[in-house]
Amino acid sequence: MNQDIHIPALARVEGEGALTIRLKDGAINEILLNIYEPPRFFEGFLHGRYFQDVPDITARICGICPVAYQMSSVQALEAALQVTISPEVRLLRQLLYCAEYIESHALHIYLLQAPDLVNHESALTLAVEAPDLVKQGLRLKKIGNDLLKAIGGRSVHPVNTCVGGFYRWPAEQAIHGLVPELEWARQASIETVRWAATLNYPDFEQEYEFVALNRIEEYAIYDGDILSSKGKRISPQEFEKNYIETHVERSNALHSHTVDDRTYFVGPLARFNLNYKKLRPMAKEAAREIGLKAPILNPYKGLLARAVELVHTCDLAIELANLYQPHGPSHVEFSVQPGEGCGVSEAPRGLLYHRYVVDEQGLIRFAKITPPTAQNFAQMEADLWALAPTAVKQPQEEASLSFEHLLRSYDPCISCSTHFLKLKIETG
Amino acid sequence: MSKPTVAVYKFSSCDGCQLSILNLEDELLELAGAVEIAYFLEARRRTLPGPYDIALVEGSITTPHELERIQEIRKQVKTLVALGTCATAGGIQALRNYTRLDDLSMVVYEHPEYLHALPKSVPLSEQVKVDFELWGCPVNKYQLVEVIQALLQKRRPNLPTQSVCLDCKRRGIVCMAVAHGVACLGPATRTGCGVLCPSNGRGCYGCFGPAPSADMKTVITAMLPIERYPGEVRGLFSNISNYAPAFRAAAEMLAAQSNQIAGENK
Repeated sequence: MNQDIHIPALARVEGEGALTIRLKDGAINEILLNIYEPPRFFEGFLHGRYFQDVPDITARICGICPVAYQMSSVQALEAALQVTISPEVRLLRQLLYCAEYIESHALHIYLLQAPDLVNHESALTLAVEAPDLVKQGLRLKKIGNDLLKAIGGRSVHPVNTCVGGFYRWPAEQAIHGLVPELEWARQASIETVRWAATLNYPDFEQEYEFVALNRIEEYAIYDGDILSSKGKRISPQEFEKNYIETHVERSNALHSHTVDDRTYFVGPLARFNLNYKKLRPMAKEAAREIGLKAPILNPYKGLLARAVELVHTCDLAIELANLYQPHGPSHVEFSVQPGEGCGVSEAPRGLLYHRYVVDEQGLIRFAKITPPTAQNFAQMEADLWALAPTAVKQPQEEASLSFEHLLRSYDPCISCSTHFLKLKIETG
Repeated sequence: MSKPTVAVYKFSSCDGCQLSILNLEDELLELAGAVEIAYFLEARRRTLPGPYDIALVEGSITTPHELERIQEIRKQVKTLVALGTCATAGGIQALRNYTRLDDLSMVVYEHPEYLHALPKSVPLSEQVKVDFELWGCPVNKYQLVEVIQALLQKRRPNLPTQSVCLDCKRRGIVCMAVAHGVACLGPATRTGCGVLCPSNGRGCYGCFGPAPSADMKTVITAMLPIERYPGEVRGLFSNISNYAPAFRAAAEMLAAQSNQIAGENK
């Protein structure tokens, strides 16, 4: 490349960001990841809301992963109000989360990242060349959406989640009826892994600190302790003491780092690398078949981890759907008391932390939300710098694509990250 | 004849309405064949220069930059469709319209001086001429297909305007308010969601915005006596579609009432 790169609006990512790369004397002098997605102030206007409104409101932070916001919200509020949910509720929440993984991962693999790996500008043009492949991706995505709908009423901003459980048990038949489609989805996911293994990923490996939820007995998605690849294990209550957000001028998003000022990496690669052994046997077998081993240190290969997680979540969804037999109350009754609590779950894009303070009337007095993409921003910037020496030797268009592809491989959810971000228009 | 060109834009929003386009899994490839998707950043990297025949616009206008962009887009398109409750009513983020921005920024951002935001989150129609509004948080994807088809066939979209309440009755769903004593915004809210909340055993919270014919005073009179906590009904109006004029007026009416009661108790 011999000119500056300025991408005013990144394509095939969720939300709005710009990337500017400036050269000086043939070397890259400046990299600016400008998040101009507007701030939406969720934590501000949650103040004074009744606790039961929170899962409906926080869902609106992200149309792609509303369930993640609902799950972290309700767990934080249940902790604050000292509510214990029933085991049946926990199982149905896990199933709901599987549905969101299937929808979100299929979207990212087939529509957002894969076009970069097969030299297409979109899945729309890829569909002309390989219609069956794109149709497979769309059908997978649809099955995730159908399961979301069966449990939550609709796929974007489902309505059935409440503090204490669900407003109503979904009909048994509606859930069991989806098992044949989920079985198709599991097979299609295995084929997705095989196909993804045939793609050529850019050669790029870095040392990372991975952070993800961890549970002894299962691949943690709904809840767990927070584990770092540096070996540190903490409880959700210790999150803010260990992982800090700061507001930087070039971004409407807050940027996170560890308490000793290191960048870290959350998301599918972190989960796969830290929890590989807890994957369901079928997912583990799919990974083994293509020779995929932890740790994966190439962020572009996040796609492979997502594909393996598709197998895992389809397989888990089949088990949970078959087991589903609603009985007892769909939500627990409790009385309101003042308190404070936090909740953390693994959104498809990574760790999602919420903390609330509730007063004696059940009104929110404090809210804090740390989304996955805000945690990854600093790491994304570090990766852009690491890529620079190679990219600078490429032709202009290829260099631009390399940077863009790197960002897309993180599956950034910029809308999520900017309930708190910056807006600065670059003035040159 | 060349295919009609469609552009999809995002402003302040969650992405859910654009995602509803991508969630047309069975129709997406057919749609891409019927129209020229000229600008849709979430789906494709390639962009074609305007002008465009149809723009589907998600999100509300909340920053000076967004205001410039929507004015520029308006000049470029023949038919501008506001997609979803952010675009039609300012969205959930319009909840900040009742507070000083400085106070909110302090809560969320360490350095509010880095932020450039307009004082209010407003619907597209406050800033530019909008040709059609499709309500919903998110929009119903089948209504979206109807709107696109109607525009291609040069006819008015055929969408219901009655309340959620009426559809509940038609479907024989037991009334949340009357039978269960749960406050419900169904009589005040435009239908289109498929009566989701009452079907799931809870009251409607108004995410499709006000039904054009609804009488908010009557709704308030019916729902206030069954509030489970003080301010519940006001919170229902002051929620997803809070900045829609009819809901805003209803919430203000309730706020005035509660201030009056508080004054009398002093």
